Amino acid sequence: MATVEKQRQRKYRVLGTRPVRHDGVDKVTGRARYGADTHLPGMLYAAMLRSPHAHARIVSIDTSAAEAMPGVHAVVTREDFPDVSNRIVELGEGAVNLGHLSQNVMARNKVLYKGHAVAAVAADSIHIAREAAQRIRVEYEILPPVLDVLEAMSDDAPVLNEDVRTEEFGGGTGDRPTNVAKHFHYEKGDVEAGFARAAVIVEREFRTATVHQGYIEPHAATALWNPDGHVTIWTCTQGSFTARQQTAELLGLPVSRVRVIPTEIGGGFGGKISVYLEPVAALLAKKSGRPVKLVMDRSEVLEGTGPTPGSYIRVKMGADRDGRITAAEAYLAYEAGAFPGSPINPGCMCIFACYDVPNGRIDGYDVCVNKPRTNAYRAPGATNAAFAAETVIDEICEQLGMDPLEFRLKNAAVEGTRRIDGVTYSRIGMKETVEAILNSEHYRSELKGPNRGRGVASGFWFNVGLKSTVVATVNPDGTVSLVEGSTDIGGTRTSVAMQLAETLGIAAEDVQPLVADTDSVGYTDVTGGSRVTFSTGIAAIEAAKDIQRQMCERAALIWDCPVDQVRYEDGRVVGPDGQAFTFKELAALVPSTGEPIVGRGTSGKANQGGAFATEVVDVEVDPDTGKVQILRFTVAQDAGCAVHPSYVEGQMQGGVVQGIGWALNEEYIYDDQGRMLNNTFLDYRIPTCYDVPMIDTIIVEVPDPNHPYGVRGVGEVPIVPPPAAIANAIYRAVGVRMDRLPMSPPRVLEKILQSRAAAPAQ
Amino acid sequence: MHDFDYVAPTTLDEAIAALAKHDGQARCLAGGTDLIDQMRTGRRRPALVVDVKKIPELNALVVSDDGLRLGAAVPCSDVYRNEGVAQDYAALADAARIIGGIQIQNRASIGGNVCNSSPAADSVPALIALQAVCVIAGPNGPREVPIERFFTGPGGNVLEAGELLVELRMPPRPPRSGSHYRRFIPRNEMDIAVVGVGASVQLEDDGRTVAAARIGLGAVAPTPLLAEEAARVLVGRSVDDEAALSDAAEAARAVIRPIDDMRGTKAFRSHVTGVLVQRVVRAAAARARGESLDYCPGH
Ligand SMILES: Cc1cc2nc3c(=O)[nH]c(=O)nc-3n(C[C@H](O)[C@H](O)[C@H](O)COP(=O)(O)OP(=O)(O)OC[C@H]3O[C@@H](n4cnc5c(N)ncnc54)[C@H](O)[C@@H]3O)c2cc1C
Repeated sequence: MATVEKQRQRKYRVLGTRPVRHDGVDKVTGRARYGADTHLPGMLYAAMLRSPHAHARIVSIDTSAAEAMPGVHAVVTREDFPDVSNRIVELGEGAVNLGHLSQNVMARNKVLYKGHAVAAVAADSIHIAREAAQRIRVEYEILPPVLDVLEAMSDDAPVLNEDVRTEEFGGGTGDRPTNVAKHFHYEKGDVEAGFARAAVIVEREFRTATVHQGYIEPHAATALWNPDGHVTIWTCTQGSFTARQQTAELLGLPVSRVRVIPTEIGGGFGGKISVYLEPVAALLAKKSGRPVKLVMDRSEVLEGTGPTPGSYIRVKMGADRDGRITAAEAYLAYEAGAFPGSPINPGCMCIFACYDVPNGRIDGYDVCVNKPRTNAYRAPGATNAAFAAETVIDEICEQLGMDPLEFRLKNAAVEGTRRIDGVTYSRIGMKETVEAILNSEHYRSELKGPNRGRGVASGFWFNVGLKSTVVATVNPDGTVSLVEGSTDIGGTRTSVAMQLAETLGIAAEDVQPLVADTDSVGYTDVTGGSRVTFSTGIAAIEAAKDIQRQMCERAALIWDCPVDQVRYEDGRVVGPDGQAFTFKELAALVPSTGEPIVGRGTSGKANQGGAFATEVVDVEVDPDTGKVQILRFTVAQDAGCAVHPSYVEGQMQGGVVQGIGWALNEEYIYDDQGRMLNNTFLDYRIPTCYDVPMIDTIIVEVPDPNHPYGVRGVGEVPIVPPPAAIANAIYRAVGVRMDRLPMSPPRVLEKILQSRAAAPAQ
Repeated sequence: MHDFDYVAPTTLDEAIAALAKHDGQARCLAGGTDLIDQMRTGRRRPALVVDVKKIPELNALVVSDDGLRLGAAVPCSDVYRNEGVAQDYAALADAARIIGGIQIQNRASIGGNVCNSSPAADSVPALIALQAVCVIAGPNGPREVPIERFFTGPGGNVLEAGELLVELRMPPRPPRSGSHYRRFIPRNEMDIAVVGVGASVQLEDDGRTVAAARIGLGAVAPTPLLAEEAARVLVGRSVDDEAALSDAAEAARAVIRPIDDMRGTKAFRSHVTGVLVQRVVRAAAARARGESLDYCPGH
């Protein structure tokens, strides 16, 4: 099925075209170097020993047998890490408790999940390192684990962290150790009066499973500790500067002593922001005096890194006869995993964010359980929330006899709408995405056949701004070398280069982007929050303007005229008396006429206006096995300005496919002792290409007023609606409402059999 | 991974001698798609790996009036690309086509699938339906074991130290017969059977009445099962008779001993066993009538 692209007037020369990506050849030929491709002379290989228990006190660690093995060069444990307890630092995307971060990288007094790192060994070969790790003797005092979010909230639950007290929103802290780290509370209007006015009220409870980002490349870090005290780290990270800061803080070093060289990265989706291996590799390198490489295998990735939380959500919503929402209420409890920090707050802020809700109340809880410390995953917290809210809306529409898209149009948030958490929107495109689906060939087509159904859902994600730096040098051949700090996960070398090219009026191919290390470019925040094309794009535009200014100055010098008589126009420098240089002509003169021309751009002030998506899916359910097939899927999303439409479509499709994974089969399965049973891709089932149809895309462009070209981040929001849309489609196919993710065959079959038993066929 | 020795004998005798010498510490290597992963993760630590792919007897693939002779080391892709197999032993081709993906199928052998002896091995219910016999060679000479008696438990089989599987032999197909294998998996590809059902059906001249049937079940007991009663209740009844099919489904459910695990609960496996038995018998009967199946593996 072809991609549907809205006809639009060509406003730009470069933006909106589809040039070949600058890093394409390296990637398709296999030449690109990823995390595990780092090789240094004299390098050692390291392996981690991880906890077999979900909850235990570490009584003792005896590393002597490992150290005695021939070929072993260094062993590190908690003893080697400085105590950084109770330090809170700002890490770009929010404050982090360093003590917790340190304990997550290497367990200190307790292990809090199966797979928690306990020790690491560096040796001449990976086989020796693994063998040696197995010879480390750890004595554990096993404690009862708590795995369920609601159980963990109860007063008699085992407490994971003695130092955690409930932080109340707007001040106040609990007085005793607890698993409930935070309570968020938002309120708007008069909720009780709103429900009193409602003609229809639906209240439901939902559960979602722990799911992993499933990036193809496992974590890898290689460290070199120079005798002069400088540490160099090669790693596949979403943010080299945050990796630098975390590593420096955990090792008690000034940031200037740590240099992070980002390798190519094979996916992250939020999971490659926290450090796991970097500080450990660094300490092994320090102890052994040799470079050390540490690479995870898939089971370590699943058990030892940060998935996104399982959750419990209760949603209550009321609407009047006309289908206007009168009130909405939500209670969300997210599993933070071992240490506080689930995306509960974004979940709270997103849950009703698509709609103009006059009266609302939201309570959210961040709860520790004996699972890996959760981390960001593509629109973190929003997919869980949307599953609940968008399913309740579907039920309200059913009771009102209203088309679910008409309902969404009627209640859509628009410019000026104030969210329950207090934020007022600038120009946004929620309505436009609903209209795009309403008008789509897919939605207008008839779905025929037994056990088939069609569902829709919408979703919101903030998108963030944060800081970026770009430096751009004009070459005498008329090209520009662009140096940036944003690691490229989704084609951003090209989308950033295109904005520089557009501003300078040159071809995208004439810009050569390079992702530099932390010593070679100015501070840049993580590649996350759908921010790079937006924010690093702004930095590139600023760098281009800086070049424009210097080019004008140079031309004025050459023409011997005042600089205010020279202007930059359409890729040309134009002066008095019809004099003009093309960019290439002037670039050629730069070396012989003065100093080099180097543009510099930074960003950090602008915040994004937010992104919306509306999606429609057709499914067929096998009523005898509960298995769901996705027949057709269309996503409409507001991209603001689709810089490179192919990459926008790719992000939309990728997000939807991951959302289908959440919906149908992905989940961490635990035994009652907290051991993950499905720690490989065989039984942790991400969709294969046989499980998803071609995903149709409709790019909607409502420019974001916060960006010079109207760009909105596109990476995250497409994952938000699919589980709800699929649940709604399943209901229409076989008449059962799913309230738990994933909607795997046994769960769907159980509901079908229950409903058959309740209403025997006549 | 631990250190080990490797040999690649070119005759059966050499292979048997190598295996016997290491007395239980040696393992055969066919495609290695099970063995290498098991060694990498430390689940098996053989001292000697005996590559059996260079032994001529294990590479035979012959369809003749005597039936099918399938060398234990023949890869799946050769099996389903063979027209005689695809035509007459369709259930086996169905199974070979869904074991792993294309790369796996180019290495993975049916012999390896059988000797790895997973209760969920996809080829086995098909082999049971097709009445396969395991031809075994060893220090004490050759012997033959019907496939349904080859397995002793998850990962276990009747092979003694020094023995190896040489080939699988299947009798010629009777007239008006057809066979099919299908499994239930949560995804459409790359998965382990939650339930697998193979069936062979021979029809009377009327193209409806069952003359004989054989049904094999996988992933629903510690070993793959021959469901004799489920096949017996079909004989003499029409494949269009819903009652006959549901009797077969019930009989199949009665013999299984499924477990609760993360791939499916007992109740789910039991329900789906019945569903698949009916679907597979219908499909095998359709093939017996010469109809082609409109069937998308995995769905
Ligand atoms: C990605 C992937 C997907 C897979 N998907 C499936 C699937 O869908 N369905 C399925 O059933 N399996 C699947 N498997 C498992 C595996 O591929 C099959 O079991 C395959 O048929 C094994 O054959 P092989 O030739 O590779 O066996 P090997 O790994 O070489 O051997 C398997 C075992 O049998 C023994 N052995 C081999 N040949 C002999 C012999 N002649 N005599 C005695 N012992 C012998 C070996 O010592 C070993 O213990 C999959 C594996 C992978 C890696």
